[in-house]
Amino acid sequence: MTALQEPQALAPVETGPGRHSGRRQRHRWVLWTALSAAAVIFVYPFVWLVSASLKPRPEVFDNALVPRHWAPENYATIWSAAPVFTWLVNSVVVALAAAAAVTVSSAIVAFGFAYFRFPGRNLLFASVIGTMMLPGAVTMIPTYLIWNELGLAATQVPLWATNLFGSAFYIFLIRQFFLGVPRELFEAARVDGAGYWRLFWRIAVPLCKPALIVSFVFELRASWSDLLKPLIYLRDPALFTMPRGMKSILDQFGQAGEARWEVVLAGAVLTTVPMIIAFFLCQRYFVEGVATQGRKG
Amino acid sequence: MTARRRETWAAYGFLSPWIVGFLVFLAGPMVASLVLSFTDYDVLTSTDFVGGENYRMLLADPKVRGSLANTMFYTVLHVPLTMAVALGLAMLLARAGRRSAGFFRTIFYLPTITPKVAVGVLFLLLFNGQVGLVNGVLGFLGINGPDWTSDGAWIKPGIVLMSAWSLGSTVIIYLAALQNVPRDLYEAAEMDGASPWARFRAVTVPMISGALFFTLIINTISSLQTFDEVYTAFFGSANQQTYGNDAALFYVIYLFQQAFQFLHMGYASALAWLLFLIIMLITLVQVGLSRRFVYYESE
Repeated sequence: MTALQEPQALAPVETGPGRHSGRRQRHRWVLWTALSAAAVIFVYPFVWLVSASLKPRPEVFDNALVPRHWAPENYATIWSAAPVFTWLVNSVVVALAAAAAVTVSSAIVAFGFAYFRFPGRNLLFASVIGTMMLPGAVTMIPTYLIWNELGLAATQVPLWATNLFGSAFYIFLIRQFFLGVPRELFEAARVDGAGYWRLFWRIAVPLCKPALIVSFVFELRASWSDLLKPLIYLRDPALFTMPRGMKSILDQFGQAGEARWEVVLAGAVLTTVPMIIAFFLCQRYFVEGVATQGRKG
Repeated sequence: MTARRRETWAAYGFLSPWIVGFLVFLAGPMVASLVLSFTDYDVLTSTDFVGGENYRMLLADPKVRGSLANTMFYTVLHVPLTMAVALGLAMLLARAGRRSAGFFRTIFYLPTITPKVAVGVLFLLLFNGQVGLVNGVLGFLGINGPDWTSDGAWIKPGIVLMSAWSLGSTVIIYLAALQNVPRDLYEAAEMDGASPWARFRAVTVPMISGALFFTLIINTISSLQTFDEVYTAFFGSANQQTYGNDAALFYVIYLFQQAFQFLHMGYASALAWLLFLIIMLITLVQVGLSRRFVYYESE
């Protein structure tokens, strides 16, 4: 397993002081212009979103970077027109439950694959990897029927409880980290009489915290963004997650409803901002979690 | 009990969450949905076996054909566009210094953490034919932009463009792969007088072919299941049903409607299995191609 690393410069190849320095200067300049132009395209929709959410209705589409008239009351409107606070709390609870459930269960399973040698291991691990390719749409209906049978179909439980059984991608990721733990550490603990659970909980887990955090933040993001499951399961608006609530805000205030886009935009900002905050708090883990796929690939 | 037996038992103990989950939430549902696809199950009334009726209906259903065509159209444009732009950005990042690469990498990744619901809202507004920013910019360049959000011919190209905004993960994957390419390969190629294009073809592409292949498969599977942002923008509220949405009817959206709005669970299960077969087929073809093109260091 490659440890978490910072990006490193690749080229240009150094060719001694002075040589090609004019050309290199020009290359630098082209490089920076291209990257900055791309960065503007990537950031601009955010700026537009936040700025438009603070404009009065007639000015929403004026595309001014800074609102000519400020309208923070858009947020007051959305706050009173919809149970936004409840939805945000629901989303936080569901996302935390989903992330915690998948991290703990995937770590346990990953340890099973990383530490033990037993008959059937390779076949089972291949099946874990195989499930990554399974389209979720295929199991969507029967899974709904299971929760319906259990009387939980109209609750938030289906949004996180399937995570209690581990998930292929995270099992793969955490196993890679566990495999990097020196075997002697485990052997020494075994000699001292430690049980398997102790090896897992006291040695493997503390040494592989970054992998666990990566899994946690990834699932936090996935769960926070999900719209399909809340659409399937949640009927009572008091149980909505923020994206599900956002969809109903759009239906009420958007093009099919009252066309009050400034209110819709305020809702979109409120849906997005918690993830942006989470991202800046654990940026390194988000980015490195994705990068590991490239190094494995 | 021997130590070896005990170890095997312990191992299966650790694996038990996944084994239970696999049986109850994957294998079981797979079989169940296959069985359901031969019934007229609708949750409310009694269930009858209808043989291959669902599959016959499915072949004759114009919405199946339409939504499949929409989804394929989107996938065929979205996947190569994402991969090409992401590779271009990653190659720029690989040439930038350490700190600036970190900074720009963060910026490119930011859109991917934006919930798809918000992306759907942004699409409706930025691509609005009359007042949207995109047509504003096009107009500035002297181009009369189309009605991206209501003209059936332009909805999918618009969605493809919007989706390119969220290619940050692919950029990061490529950047990581590029950083693993041994630098002396480039030096050797340069000494042999290879042009930049030749170096790209002969060094970069083979050396990162693993990452290219990985993103090809992952992006294809996920674009065939596109739902959130398109559903947000074009479906849901009752009075929205005429709003250009045949052009925006993606396969999983139709599946969702059949299953959970019309409660045609049997028919929807047949739809789900058709999608499963299509995805398996495409993935197998891609894996077959990769045998010819992907370079593995260990070989």
